[in-house]
Amino acid sequence: MGTTQSGILGGRLPLGEYESNFSDLHPPLDKHEALVASDRCYFCHDAPCMTACPTSIDIPLFIRQISTGNPIGSAKTIFDQNILGGMCARVCPTETLCEQACVRNTAEERPVEIGRLQRYATDVAMKENKQFYTRAASSGRKVAVIGAGPAGLAAAHRLAVKGHDVVIYDARPKSGGLNEYGIAAYKSVDDFAQKEVDYVLSIGGIEVRNGQALGRDFTLAELQEQYDAVFLGLGLAGVNALRLEGENAEGVEDAVDFIAALRQSKTKADIPVGRRVVVLGGGMTAIDAAVQAKLLGAEEVTICYRRGKEHMNASEFEQDLAASKGVTIRHWLQPKRIAEKDGKVAGIELEYTTLEDGKLTATGETGIIAADQIFKAIGQSFLGSGLGALKLEGGRIVTDAEGRTSIDNVWAGGDCVLGGEDLTVSAVAMGRDAAESINRAFAAAAPRASAVA
Amino acid sequence: MADLRNNFVGIKSPNPFWLASAPPTDKAYNVERAFKAGWGGVVWKTLGEEGPPVVNVNGPRYGAIWGADRRLLGLNNIELITDRDLYVNLREMKQVKMNWPDRALIASIMVPCEEEAWKAILPLVEDTGADGIELNFGCPHGMSERGMGSAVGQVPEYIEMVVRWCKQYTRMPVITKLTPNITDIRKPARAAKAGGTDAVSLINTINSIVSVDLDNFAPNPTVGGKGTHGGYCGPAVKPIALNMVAEIARDPETYGLPISGIGGVTTWRDAAEFLVLGAGNVQVCTAAMTYGFKIVQEMISGLSDWMDAKGHRTLDDITGRAVPNVTDWQYLNLNYVAKAKIDQDACIKCGRCHIACEDTSHQAITQFVNGVRHFEVMEDECVGCNLCVNVCPVENCITMEELPAGTIDQRTGKPVDPNYANWTTHPNNPMARQAAE
Ligand SMILES: Cc1cc2nc3c(=O)[nH]c(=O)nc-3n(C[C@H](O)[C@H](O)[C@H](O)COP(=O)(O)OP(=O)(O)OC[C@H]3O[C@@H](n4cnc5c(N)ncnc54)[C@H](O)[C@@H]3O)c2cc1C
Ligand SMILES: Cc1cc2nc3c(=O)[nH]c(=O)nc-3n(C[C@H](O)[C@H](O)[C@H](O)COP(=O)(O)O)c2cc1C
Ligand code: SF4
Ligand code: SF4
Ligand code: SF4
Repeated sequence: MGTTQSGILGGRLPLGEYESNFSDLHPPLDKHEALVASDRCYFCHDAPCMTACPTSIDIPLFIRQISTGNPIGSAKTIFDQNILGGMCARVCPTETLCEQACVRNTAEERPVEIGRLQRYATDVAMKENKQFYTRAASSGRKVAVIGAGPAGLAAAHRLAVKGHDVVIYDARPKSGGLNEYGIAAYKSVDDFAQKEVDYVLSIGGIEVRNGQALGRDFTLAELQEQYDAVFLGLGLAGVNALRLEGENAEGVEDAVDFIAALRQSKTKADIPVGRRVVVLGGGMTAIDAAVQAKLLGAEEVTICYRRGKEHMNASEFEQDLAASKGVTIRHWLQPKRIAEKDGKVAGIELEYTTLEDGKLTATGETGIIAADQIFKAIGQSFLGSGLGALKLEGGRIVTDAEGRTSIDNVWAGGDCVLGGEDLTVSAVAMGRDAAESINRAFAAAAPRASAVA
Repeated sequence: MADLRNNFVGIKSPNPFWLASAPPTDKAYNVERAFKAGWGGVVWKTLGEEGPPVVNVNGPRYGAIWGADRRLLGLNNIELITDRDLYVNLREMKQVKMNWPDRALIASIMVPCEEEAWKAILPLVEDTGADGIELNFGCPHGMSERGMGSAVGQVPEYIEMVVRWCKQYTRMPVITKLTPNITDIRKPARAAKAGGTDAVSLINTINSIVSVDLDNFAPNPTVGGKGTHGGYCGPAVKPIALNMVAEIARDPETYGLPISGIGGVTTWRDAAEFLVLGAGNVQVCTAAMTYGFKIVQEMISGLSDWMDAKGHRTLDDITGRAVPNVTDWQYLNLNYVAKAKIDQDACIKCGRCHIACEDTSHQAITQFVNGVRHFEVMEDECVGCNLCVNVCPVENCITMEELPAGTIDQRTGKPVDPNYANWTTHPNNPMARQAAE
């Protein structure tokens, strides 16, 4: 079983190997492990970890609740701030967020395992299908949420809590956004993304319409007419192009498409991958594509990034993860030309770069890496149509701190907004905060059905 | 959601978590912060009589014991009652009570054991609008050398006398705070009841030397080369406090006397244990001093979540629920037989159970079976003592399994008797033999 042939093929590995390769990156803590891990928390005052969390979860409190045998109460503490706390526990780069800030680093260089503890508590509550929230009495207000990703789901949930009626539109057949189509498979096993969507929606008052795209099926102006408010959580649907010779050769693919297909595959054995793979980019997407290509059985996987290690968007932890799986990361290399043979990728010519007076410059020195598959992971971009006069800047939607856009009664949050961090947890925070802002705007406006005097 | 509202001798508070009389309740600044954090009530730091206030040492007041990871397990202090002017305290109490009408505010009082002293201070306290008073008969250091605190609390006749004065000179509910530094806690509780107290609260701190500085040969905390015994509190004292609360709760003479449970309450679970053993509410000092006032949030959510999970709706549903199950040794069922059982899948083969049983108990756990390291209970030797369960590092690895009636106990070779029988009727009991003759 398995094969080492050149070309882009599925079934490179014996079947059993796929399963172990794509199992949980950080296996869940059992109860005893969770108690031991929680015992390390100092219950800090004005805790730095909490400040570092974009959703400001009360970390010392939720960890203490675990340590006192109350994981359900702990989950509520988490969900109060972050209704997608389950996914965030799996995908947050904690090493650059809460755990980086943990005071335990100072003396021991070993933080409290906040992410895994968060997963423990949320798992317990979700397994019991423990519901913490009920809808307030109906306000009679209707809100359209476009995009069922982390931003849209967080906004919809908070709006439902406040008693507003929500309709979510999403272009894709499944909800969850990149939780469903983007996050690396070994970070979200067992169909967790869909389970979480169901858990979030079970509050009621949220209708989801999949396969409905803004710009194709309806316009922003139409939504404004039908709804009291609109929230845009569109993410980044576009992919940056290389603009290079050979870009259209067979075997040059968008990393995000590769990952999406992989996430939708049950066995992973049906996902074709090259024998020699080159990934272009330096972010989380590049790492995820490279690691998963390797896990699918690619023999040689090389990430080429046009700047230095210190400039990579992928965290140290992610880079180490890639290295541990056998991915080679090469720096100061930018693509020059894709070499084809019979319309298929044969290799890639790269050119060394350097920083000159702070400007990236090609040195003229080139080399070729043989490859049968090349993934582009040089950034996603915001793709919007049907948005009317909505103000954009740098290709993204401009909002104020509460998520208000340039158009009245239209809010936005998540990756599609300018100045975000492009993280799941930040999208959740922005969606939640926009919902609060919408709720305040409703409260400030005259009541909808005012009593006849 | 469980209803945590508390009614303790007519004093209402939104939850049963009060701060005990101690530094956390020393002044308005702290108490306001405590109420903001969610505490249901406070017992203000003990007031002394009018005149120049007491003074504290100006060096260390505390000593402690810790777990290996510096978890604070026990705290020891040599602090006295409030060192602030009586009228400053009274003014602040009045203001705080006005700002927080829904929270309980209790005045703790300690004045000399003379009728005039109590008669003088009670109207002043009453004027603050306080919901009740707590008589501090507990402080074991400093104040006791001056004939107050535990010096009173150790003499039941004094307790009864002072409680009587208080009941005579104020309409406020009287809570008598007991010292644990006494052989039989029922005696002072009975005396307080005889004097007419509305409730007792316990425990105050336990006389202790928490550690000794081996370089300077002096007890900790050391003040200028010398130390003194202090009052022990925090998680370590909980078992002692629980027993004393239970003793009063089940004593026929004090049965039904409201109890405010104090001593080592650190989590919701500690509080629940005090409540089911008969406490109407709990008071907390060390946990707040270790973690800050926010700790009450864990206690509130934990108690409420536990009650929800078990279907208990109000505090009345749980208060005293375990009291009928606390009994004397002589009434324990001697026909109940249990044996330890080791879950071989969970066992990590450390050998602690074996050596504990082999060296110090009943030689009932194997070390090798067929030459292989293997720990298993020999039912014909096991007396069911539970030691192995307590020394095993793996939770639920060793369990105590009840032998059903009728099965043969391998150790005695006799079937397990289904009938209840205790020491009072046991043939080896000389009293029982006498009665039978
Ligand atoms: C490969 C990859 C790996 C990542 N890994 C991590 C990670 O490990 N940790 C982490 O914190 N972050 C990670 N991220 C980033 C994270 O996934 C995003 O920041 C987050 O999903 C943003 O949420 P969002 O709701 O703004 O957008 P999205 O999750 O992108 O959701 C947007 C939704 O809007 C829908 N939509 C788009 N256009 C339209 C339209 N016109 N009409 C209707 N619906 C539309 C889409 O179908 C989608 O469901 C990763 C991103 C990628 C690409
Ligand atoms: C520093 C300190 C000062 C205290 N002062 C008083 C006091 O003035 N009056 C009093 O009744 N109890 C006093 N106590 C005892 C506490 O109120 C309480 O009974 C004891 O600490 C046990 O509770 P704990 O284990 O929650 O700390 C004091 C305790 C400490 C630690
Ligand atoms: S910083 Fe670390 S130790 Fe402090 S509260 Fe946060 S997790 Fe606990
Ligand atoms: S706790 Fe505060 S008052 Fe006490 S010794 Fe430390 S710094 Fe001083
Ligand atoms: S103490 Fe527990 S883990 Fe150790 S050998 Fe005995 S049963 Fe096994």
